[in-house]
Amino acid sequence: MKAYSAPHVLDALGDPTRRAIFEQLGERPSAVVDLAERVPVSRPAVSQHLKVLKDAGLVRDVQVGTRRVYSLDPEGLSGLRDYLERFWGTALESFKKRVEAENEKEKREGEQHD
Amino acid sequence: MTDVQTAVSSSIVVDAPIDRAFAVFTEDMGSWWPQEHRMLQAQESHMVFEPKQGGRAYEVGADGTECKWASVLVWEPPHRVVFTWEISPQWSLETDQAKASEVEVRFFTETDSRTRVDVEHRHLDRHGEGWESLRDAVGSPEGWPVELRSFAQRLAESSVAKGA
Repeated sequence: MKAYSAPHVLDALGDPTRRAIFEQLGERPSAVVDLAERVPVSRPAVSQHLKVLKDAGLVRDVQVGTRRVYSLDPEGLSGLRDYLERFWGTALESFKKRVEAENEKEKREGEQHD
Repeated sequence: MTDVQTAVSSSIVVDAPIDRAFAVFTEDMGSWWPQEHRMLQAQESHMVFEPKQGGRAYEVGADGTECKWASVLVWEPPHRVVFTWEISPQWSLETDQAKASEVEVRFFTETDSRTRVDVEHRHLDRHGEGWESLRDAVGSPEGWPVELRSFAQRLAESSVAKGA
């Protein structure tokens, strides 16, 4: 199991340029030079962003000849548990708001009838 | 008990009696299910949760499109409901039943006006088999399947929603 946390992943994807890079890598594995052509930042900036994505377990790299090719890390993505944990956390908060609002409404209506 | 590695759990306490909590969670699911996690994103939709064993949960789009994403396996109101989760890790419909995971929701009376709701989403490894084949595909010259791209987008979108 990879040691990364959902907040870490969220921070890594909290930056629009990093999200753009992440999405580009979702289309195809790429080297820094290719990415720099497809996102509006310099090569050193692309490298910096890739480092953050890599630290978050979202991206991995392999040396292919003279090029270092980056791709999405399938182990990072299979952090399906983190993803669903986050989903259920959000969903249950939303459920709580709704059920309590319904309950308040019912109570008020009940009082009016008394 | 389910293997912790293949399940996630979540719990919440709500200020409402158990009957109401159960009803809102199931039949009224559409009133609280996060909008960004609807199956039908391109159009307005509403959710239907059929309140019976063997019932279906589905979305209905404005154009009448139906999108079923769950079957009710256990229906024990107001204490327990178990349903399948026919949604793939890419948040698209999982048509292969063998790859569906399962959600058990249990309701416990804390007081007359307070209920604890425990959710266990389990058998995630059933989806996981798909991940292994994806991993193999990654190593192939064709590169990444299009599904991963959409998952990446979802992940990015949900992080935007979270930050907002």
